[in-house]
Amino acid sequence: MRVALYVESVLTKTMNNEVTDESGVRLALGLDGACFHCGLPVPAGFDARVRIDGEERAMCCHGCQAVAEAIIAAGHENFYRVRTEPSPSGQDLVPGFLREAEVYDVPEIQSQFVHSPDAQTREASLILEGITCAACVWLNEQYIAGLPGVRDVHVNYATQRALVRWDDSRIRLSEILQAIQKIGYRALPYNPDQQQEAHRRQRRQQQRRLAIAGLFGMQVMMLSISLYAGAWSGMEHDFEQFFRWLNLGLTLPVLLYSAVPFFQAAWRDLKRLRVAMDLPVSLAIAVAFGSSAVATLRGQGEIYFDSVVMFVFFLSASRYFESMARQRCAASVEKLVQSMPLMTTLLASDDDAGEAVAAARLAIGDQVLIRPGETVPADGEIESGQSDIDESLLSGESIPLARGPGDRLLGGSINVTNPLRMRVDAVGADTVMAEIQRTIERAQADKPPLARLADRVAAHFISIVLLIVTCVAAFWWWQEPSRWFEIALAVLIVSCPCALSLATPTAISAALGRMQGSGLLVKQAAALEKMNHVTHVVFDKTGTLTLGKPRLEKIVCDSAFEATQCLRLAASLELHSEHPLARALVREAGDIEAGDVTQIANVAGGGLSARIDGQQYFIGSSDFIAASSEARIPSDWLDGIADDAVTAVVLARADCAMAMFTFADRLRDDAHALIDRLRQMGKSIVLMTGDRLASAARVADATGISDYRAQMSPQEKMQAVQALQADGACVLMVGDGINDAPVLSNADVSIAMGGASSLAKTSADIVLIANQLQAVAAAIDMSARTQSIIRQNMAWALMYNFGAIPAAAMGLVAPWLAAIGMSVSSLIVVLNAMRLIR
Amino acid sequence: MEIIYLLIPISLILLGGIVWILLWAVRDGQYDDLEGPAHRILMDEDKIVDRQKNSRRGGAG
Repeated sequence: MRVALYVESVLTKTMNNEVTDESGVRLALGLDGACFHCGLPVPAGFDARVRIDGEERAMCCHGCQAVAEAIIAAGHENFYRVRTEPSPSGQDLVPGFLREAEVYDVPEIQSQFVHSPDAQTREASLILEGITCAACVWLNEQYIAGLPGVRDVHVNYATQRALVRWDDSRIRLSEILQAIQKIGYRALPYNPDQQQEAHRRQRRQQQRRLAIAGLFGMQVMMLSISLYAGAWSGMEHDFEQFFRWLNLGLTLPVLLYSAVPFFQAAWRDLKRLRVAMDLPVSLAIAVAFGSSAVATLRGQGEIYFDSVVMFVFFLSASRYFESMARQRCAASVEKLVQSMPLMTTLLASDDDAGEAVAAARLAIGDQVLIRPGETVPADGEIESGQSDIDESLLSGESIPLARGPGDRLLGGSINVTNPLRMRVDAVGADTVMAEIQRTIERAQADKPPLARLADRVAAHFISIVLLIVTCVAAFWWWQEPSRWFEIALAVLIVSCPCALSLATPTAISAALGRMQGSGLLVKQAAALEKMNHVTHVVFDKTGTLTLGKPRLEKIVCDSAFEATQCLRLAASLELHSEHPLARALVREAGDIEAGDVTQIANVAGGGLSARIDGQQYFIGSSDFIAASSEARIPSDWLDGIADDAVTAVVLARADCAMAMFTFADRLRDDAHALIDRLRQMGKSIVLMTGDRLASAARVADATGISDYRAQMSPQEKMQAVQALQADGACVLMVGDGINDAPVLSNADVSIAMGGASSLAKTSADIVLIANQLQAVAAAIDMSARTQSIIRQNMAWALMYNFGAIPAAAMGLVAPWLAAIGMSVSSLIVVLNAMRLIR
Repeated sequence: MEIIYLLIPISLILLGGIVWILLWAVRDGQYDDLEGPAHRILMDEDKIVDRQKNSRRGGAG
């Protein structure tokens, strides 16, 4: 995963968090008390309105208000009428974004992303974040196209990628990125890599093969129906022969172009002495076509061209849909490579102001400057500076930790409060981030390949059929030498495993389509089979059962002050901090006391102090207040936070504590319902978290989980899952953090939340796009239904084949009956699978 | 019924044309995004497009 270290950005991580934010909260659009733009509740006392569609609409924060105003100002009011999902909240505007975007104007960086078709025109692919429904795509397209200097823009709904072409003399890339930010989305240029290009070529080839099989198949079918009718009512021999030759000619392109992948795969299997479904498929196509061709040449005997084309068409179609689902998933996790920054500030000497260099050029021993809001470009040790470091990407700990000189910094974590000087001691493949990625790759490679049921059956089936054909041929050779070829052929035709080989893929592609519709992206079709056997469901806590973001819970206030006034004061102070708790507070306050904030002093890991209208205020942890001011915090306040699960921020004046704000992570709305549902299904539920015991207990109590384990490292989680598996359990893991990624790859089946880190999404079998926990239960249900459809299909196909073979072996099956049987058995299988879509 | 010797070749020429069009559509990327256009056509109202043009003329974004 060295690529990861080259193409990187400070932005992505902050973005990922933001998209998660509205996860699980899906209120009716424009509901009372909810933000018209993003659907989150409007904080009490906050009053910001935007006139949309002739009415004043409530907004939950200034971020949403600004976004909504930008959308209306650009004349895209229609967006609010046609969207089907709430928009991403505009609240967490990254202050550094405007500066960061300018990085993309540096020619050195641009050369990685931007193509220049001619001197003026530039072209780049952008990843769009925050797309929730088709209306977002429309809005982005209209809005970007309306920017002066933009020549052309096309947004792909399926992959959420935009292709933008612009005039470099009139607009810069950073301006386009900033403009998109203004309407509440995030865009990042990306470099479509070779693998993606290969995917595109493969997809187009599959489409061509499918088109050929379908179009020629229709002609063959049409002629075959005339032939069937002719056989019944009588037909001149000349016409019949003409039609048969036409059929032969029309089947040839299907055989020589559309069916090629089956032959190739069968040949690969043969060379490796392995028997899978492709071998009987190829054999069936070859034998059916060969015998039909011989019959056409000789002018007598049955032909099966219609069966050949139908078979090839259905099989190609189901394989195409399966690979489409996989590619779509691959695109959704591509952002993985963007977790590290592109540029960093290299300090040549102690008093140097610094020089911007590409992060990939860093060497061990280099000194770098990391400004607040930037991502650490490599592993290293702090030389000077005190700051809070957000390591959530690596450890899953959602609250930043204080770090000072001598402490280690890990590449990929984010510097939150103050500038830091770091001495680099590991780069590239030696960093912890790279190590985590390697662990995941190993875990993925170790995952036992699931032998598909159909492949197993096919292996037995083909050996049995070949054995029977040999015996039958030998018997008739000895019994009645003139008929041996004819009868052996009838047996082969009748045992054509069309229905058998369609049984699984059609059911699976129908199920995949259905699940995609309900917000589940299935990356591994095999997961569908396993899901049915799941006995234990293991949940991660932060970000999975909970929203993963601190929310203001309670305000305790000294009797001399008013709660709302304290909140406003606190918010105007915290406006100057980027700590997640500070942001939560600002968001909750909504309206901010217009005060003149001066002399702001940030203390890493503690809080900040500042003057408002001449009065000195302090805000931060209780330790910080005790250390920096004379204020005494009433002991009954602290009793309330004895429990670790809540985090508290105290607001104080120089002489007295004014108020205390407590924060806690909120449970997803549907968490409890899901746990109940899973318990009804008879699954054992386990909660495993890296968080403290008290937090785990709180969530476990609220959801009714009795088995919970806290303070687990990713390794311990992995061992715990392996221990469960050793006891015979089939484990379904639901998680979201990078720290969950190794566990996700190790579990039998894994589901990642839609807002999860890219690594987690890469490792998981299924991604919950809509972030709705309920879909987990739906997935298990769907898996059970798919399994039963597959079994019905298999049973039917085997019954048909094994019933018909003895009859054919005895020379009893007329060739026309064999052909009809072959088509009908396949059709029944396809129709049965289609029941899954409803 | 001998007319069939003329009609069927004609239908085969038509088939050739259809195959060519389909292959062109695949090469043109028309099957790359099957969902977007369905939504787009519903949202592109004339009114909006007009306003869009006005705002572009005014140089505003």
